[in-house]
Amino acid sequence: MYSEQVMEHFTNPRNVGEIPDADGVGTEGNPLCGDVMKMSIKVEDNRIKDIKFKTFGCGAAIAVSSIVTEMVKGMTLDNAMDLTKEKVAEALGGLPPNKMHCSNLGADALHKAIEDYRNRQKAKEEKKEFACHCPYCESSCDMPYPFCSHCGAAIKICPECGEALKKETAVCTKCGANVE
Amino acid sequence: MGESSAKKIYLDHIATTPCHPKVVDAMQPYFREIFGNPQSDHEFGWQAKMAIEEARAKVAGLIKSLPQEIIFVSSGTEANNFALKGIANAFEKKGKHIITSSIEHRSVLTTLKFLEKSGYKVTYLPVDKYGVVDPDDVRNNITEETILISIMHSNNEIGTIEPVAEIGKIAKERGIIFHTDAAASAGTVLVDVNELNVDLMSVSAHKYYGPKGIGALYVRKGVRITPLIHGGVQEAGRRTGIENVPGIVGFGVASELADKDMEVRRNYLTPLRDKLTKGILERIDHVYYNGHPSERLPNNVNIAIEYVEGESMLLSMMKEGIATASASTCTMMSLETSHVLQGIGVPPHVANSSLVFSIGIDNTEEDIERVINVLPNIVERLRAMSAIYPGRQ
Repeated sequence: MYSEQVMEHFTNPRNVGEIPDADGVGTEGNPLCGDVMKMSIKVEDNRIKDIKFKTFGCGAAIAVSSIVTEMVKGMTLDNAMDLTKEKVAEALGGLPPNKMHCSNLGADALHKAIEDYRNRQKAKEEKKEFACHCPYCESSCDMPYPFCSHCGAAIKICPECGEALKKETAVCTKCGANVE
Repeated sequence: MGESSAKKIYLDHIATTPCHPKVVDAMQPYFREIFGNPQSDHEFGWQAKMAIEEARAKVAGLIKSLPQEIIFVSSGTEANNFALKGIANAFEKKGKHIITSSIEHRSVLTTLKFLEKSGYKVTYLPVDKYGVVDPDDVRNNITEETILISIMHSNNEIGTIEPVAEIGKIAKERGIIFHTDAAASAGTVLVDVNELNVDLMSVSAHKYYGPKGIGALYVRKGVRITPLIHGGVQEAGRRTGIENVPGIVGFGVASELADKDMEVRRNYLTPLRDKLTKGILERIDHVYYNGHPSERLPNNVNIAIEYVEGESMLLSMMKEGIATASASTCTMMSLETSHVLQGIGVPPHVANSSLVFSIGIDNTEEDIERVINVLPNIVERLRAMSAIYPGRQ
């Protein structure tokens, strides 16, 4: 027997689907019963601006996914990370005891989506830090070429630290390695 | 629970059936008028005793046994417990090996697990992709130690009917006691204890329009069995405790009706079963058909609809007023993958997408049409939100 809230969310699930240009995606599954939940989020000003789910699972699994999306829309990422299975179950008017853990994967999938977003952000920043610049025209290049992709000047890459250097350089301007 | 105003359609007759009106009518006097203890030496008791013996003859008539070979018990589960533990105990000096199949009802498998803890050895025979036990496997696994073979007459989930007569013949030749759990079959298809060469057979009344709480174990004359319940004199000391008189009376009437109408019912149910199967296979893609195509119960349809979880289909159908079953892990009580679907090699993710329809004599062609019309929409809706559906192919 399910609560009215579970049946209502199961019958009219909110935010079904996938966000094509999502900022973060998280998938959580239960190997025992084969449930799979996928959450995709759009983030703006550190808040969940939009969220959608897709779920393969029982009635409880679908209701959990639906209510999680409703609960966290507009929430800051930190607050969303604090969402627990217990809070989700409470919002649904309770879940049958044997469904508490197997179908209650919504918060986990959401947390994975937020982690994915944060990892992507981190990767972007690292990329910025480590981006190399052409020693001639100073434009940034994503990957080292024998020639600058922007101005076409011949460059070389320090084998020690990866810095882009002028072709005639003998000692790396960044790490001091001999590059002759 | 259901919110639909449409007619409620019950398609879970393998779980239980409604009592036939004639069954209810027959039981009625045994609650207030003829309420005596059948063991009492006065009119109240004698009348109850007579009613029991009359019912015993009717149950015997259904399975073609002698009345004295029928022992009334509380359920199919008790009958299975009684048969396995009772024979294991009575023959423990002869040997401690039992042969069964991997797709038996839980009441058989769990009882055998219990016996394994007390030193019995159990061989669980595999089944083929239709769920059929190979009689040669039975023959090849018999040892000097084998005291009992227990193979179900038909499987309650996939409806497959086992070659029980052939297995019974092998058991007979080797002098081994043979039990069959006929709870899913008795009253629906003919189970003749002599044709089937069985020594013990479990029967349950509520599977064929009789009341709940009553069943029988058939024990062939001359077969020794240790009682499960010890006490007084009822059932010749083999199953003691006061008899469930109204239940036994209802059981008798249900058996009499099932025996009389068996052909009519089968001819009514089989086309409905086939219509439902055909309708689903035609209208929904990615569907597995489980069980034997011909050797199956006339009322059973077992299918698996990939990429949709079983329980979510049950809930959706419930909202349409349709009651049916699934062997999905996620059905609310069990939370374990169906050992039957695993036994026939259905992958676990597909087993979780199973639906079990069991049709009854009160269902109509319109009921079946309604399911065929409603189910594709339910599947489409759930697949649209499924995280694993690859799209229509």
